[in-house]
Amino acid sequence: MSADPASQSFAGQEPRRILVLFAHPSLDRSEANAPMVAAARDLEAVTYVDLYAEYPAFEIDIDREQQLLLEHDVICFQHPLYWYSTPAMLKEWQDLVLEHGFAYGSKGTALQGKLFFSATTAGGAESAYSARGENHFTIRELLHPLEQTAQLCGMIYLPPFALFGARTAVDDGRIAAHVADWVRLLTALRDRRLDIARALPRPRLNDNLESLLTAAAASEEER
Amino acid sequence: MSGVLFQLFVYLCAAVIAVPLAKRLGLGSVLGYLIAGIVIGPVFHIVGSETEQLQHFAELGVVMMLFLVGLELKPQLLWQMRARLLGLGGLQVLATAGGIAAIAVLLLDHWRTAVATGLLLALSSTAIVLQTLSEKGLMKTDGGRAGFAVLLFQDIAVIPMLALIPLLAVPEIIEVAQHAAGAAVEAASTGVAAATGAAATPGAAVEAAATGIAATTGAAGAAAAAEAASHGAESGHAAGLSLVARLSGWRYALVVLGAVAFVVLGGHFLSRPLFRFIAASHLRESFTAAALLLVVGIALLMTLVDLSPALGTFLAGVVLADSEFRHELESDIEPFKGLLLGLFFITVGAGIDFAVLFGELLTVLVLTLGVMAIKGLVLFGLGRLFRLRAADHWLFALSLAQAGEFGFVLLAFSTQNAVIPPELGKLLSLVVALSMLLTPVLFIGYDRLVLPRLRSGADQPPDRIDEQGSVIIAGVGRFGQVVNRLLIAAGVKTVVLDHEAGIVERMRQIGIRSYFGDASRPDLLQAAGIEQASAFVVAIDDRDRAVELVAYLKREYPRLFIVVRAFDVDNLYLLRTAGADATVREVFEGSLDAAAATLRGLGHHPFAVEKLKRAFRRHDEDTLDELHALWDRDLELAKNRALLERVRARTAAELEITARDRSRLHDRTERGWTPPPKGYRTTRED
Repeated sequence: MSADPASQSFAGQEPRRILVLFAHPSLDRSEANAPMVAAARDLEAVTYVDLYAEYPAFEIDIDREQQLLLEHDVICFQHPLYWYSTPAMLKEWQDLVLEHGFAYGSKGTALQGKLFFSATTAGGAESAYSARGENHFTIRELLHPLEQTAQLCGMIYLPPFALFGARTAVDDGRIAAHVADWVRLLTALRDRRLDIARALPRPRLNDNLESLLTAAAASEEER
Repeated sequence: MSGVLFQLFVYLCAAVIAVPLAKRLGLGSVLGYLIAGIVIGPVFHIVGSETEQLQHFAELGVVMMLFLVGLELKPQLLWQMRARLLGLGGLQVLATAGGIAAIAVLLLDHWRTAVATGLLLALSSTAIVLQTLSEKGLMKTDGGRAGFAVLLFQDIAVIPMLALIPLLAVPEIIEVAQHAAGAAVEAASTGVAAATGAAATPGAAVEAAATGIAATTGAAGAAAAAEAASHGAESGHAAGLSLVARLSGWRYALVVLGAVAFVVLGGHFLSRPLFRFIAASHLRESFTAAALLLVVGIALLMTLVDLSPALGTFLAGVVLADSEFRHELESDIEPFKGLLLGLFFITVGAGIDFAVLFGELLTVLVLTLGVMAIKGLVLFGLGRLFRLRAADHWLFALSLAQAGEFGFVLLAFSTQNAVIPPELGKLLSLVVALSMLLTPVLFIGYDRLVLPRLRSGADQPPDRIDEQGSVIIAGVGRFGQVVNRLLIAAGVKTVVLDHEAGIVERMRQIGIRSYFGDASRPDLLQAAGIEQASAFVVAIDDRDRAVELVAYLKREYPRLFIVVRAFDVDNLYLLRTAGADATVREVFEGSLDAAAATLRGLGHHPFAVEKLKRAFRRHDEDTLDELHALWDRDLELAKNRALLERVRARTAAELEITARDRSRLHDRTERGWTPPPKGYRTTRED
């Protein structure tokens, strides 16, 4: 992974700093995202930004957001899936923060080599997100705009960390496992125990997360 | 007393009837006044001998007009005009005086008389021209500006002319003149100290000098007497009204310079603290009195040092053009100026003696038309030289082709100094008056004949617009201040008015251009440029006056976009009914923000608070609109007391609606983000 400056300069010794850009316009109704936030917001080297809390009137502080991006190695969008995409706030964030000359363009190299992925919760069942399902595309396919955005910015795009059937997850007793996976994913990313190369082609990060984790730090980078 | 009242009644009647009629007929107010004067004077003889004294008094109107013109003219603007002032003005006076003198030499016995005639006829009528130009909104056109430059130069040129005329004395007339001087001393020494008396007395002296033209006869005599009287300094040296009569040349120069310096420095340094002090008393009439005192005082000072009072007040006006009291001064002086100027025009009309006119009708007509033709030709040539565009060129040439009120002054002075024989004086006086009477006709010709022809030509470039549409902000307290700052940040030109001199001063200290004055007065609004404004923000503290102001604005300037700060809901409805385009409750948004801050402090999610705020605002505005419909219907039926009842009922109704709506409110805020029912999909897919 020559594109990862963090791993090159520190030879994998330093923990990765993770920025979670969280967007949920109605947090008090949240059943999946709220426990995820509660479990992960105080993790070491993880920075949570509740975008709807920071910018209730959508007046995003571009300089501040760009500074946060510079200070982290992993960028994550955490959001419910609205119309096969992010809530409006995250779109606004992309429109404003990913400026030419910062995120893209010949001089826009600020995000080069950072890891990017989306942690999303979808209402439909996993089976609905397939060629034969009601939604006709997989979740990774539906998030292609984010994938291409990351690529244009020179970031390494990881598959989405997705929860399906989010509206029934509590009733089905699936939330606890998902939240545990979420914490494991973040700590593994932080401690460089996630096998990036193996993760890249997966449909989802949490599709057998165990198989992507390695025992020791930095081993993931050696290929 | 009854005599004075009767005269006042007659003059006011003439003005009230004739001027609106003349305007309705498209003749302009000046012609209306002149015709009114002719009707009450020479036609029906309702007024007679008092006209001459009145004219002297009415000349204060000209003085005030120059003061107002000065107020509109910042020193930088005056400096920008210098080329035209000297070039156009200088050439106009020299060429016209030269041309008329050249022809006059052929007709008259003495070249000196001819030169004096040329000089006095070279001057145009500042009063008529400026009044007509501003009435027709032509002051800001290129032609209007060129005309103003020439008039200003003429006003300045009067001073050296007054110095030159005694040197032109003709020996044959001197004998009469000596007799006249004797008579003047005699008349003056009968001793009148009061200003009016002093003015009347030298007038009588000049009459004597003019070899006994009785007050009731010859218009020339009457006009000359009145004019000479107005320049009491010239004819009244013996009465001790002049400070400089016996001074040598260089001492005189020193005194004159001192007087001018006093006006400039006093205007700059003394006037502001003085006006601030007077404004602090909150007595409208004391400010008006101070404004009048300023004008009259300067006029008196100028008269004492043999300078033109009009020029002195013009200078004072220019000095005060930057002052925050400018608009207030303008609106205080304006009505006096209008009335006195109207009176002046009436006296010009009343002073025309039809007996003399008809006696030498042909001579007077030929002379008048000849003079106007020469003046017009010179002006037309100068207009070409200074490259005025077609419409402006015609305006410039036609507007200034008459002789003016300073012509009367010089005429009286010339007769008195034995330069012009009295018979000729009579004739010339009639020529001056008639040319002034014909000027409005030339303006009508410009409107009806010149403009349509020019407009039909496709090569006519569009008029240059000097001032962009601006915004007037009435009231610059806490509210108006923020409005003004945001508008200025957006690059909008604003004029800020406030009736608290203290606030205006503070605003000025932090660099906000603002003016002192009561924004609910129409004349002040005129002065602030409401004709050009495209929006008006009413942010004054008096809620009733705000409503009146909105109603007035909507009635007089329907195209104006009116934004008003409302105090409460009642006020808001009244303002909406009065025609406000946008009403903003002054504390509503602030209260919402305070509630939002409180909720956030209680730990509510900021976006949840934001959503609640939006929903509340929407609900509140909907309720307002619903209630306004009810409220408005009742306004027609009942007056104030019933209105209050209704408002009370409405307040109760509003509470009820709010209470009923509270349960709905929550769902409303969540509409967009309420997730679909649980399992809405799985059931279909299962």
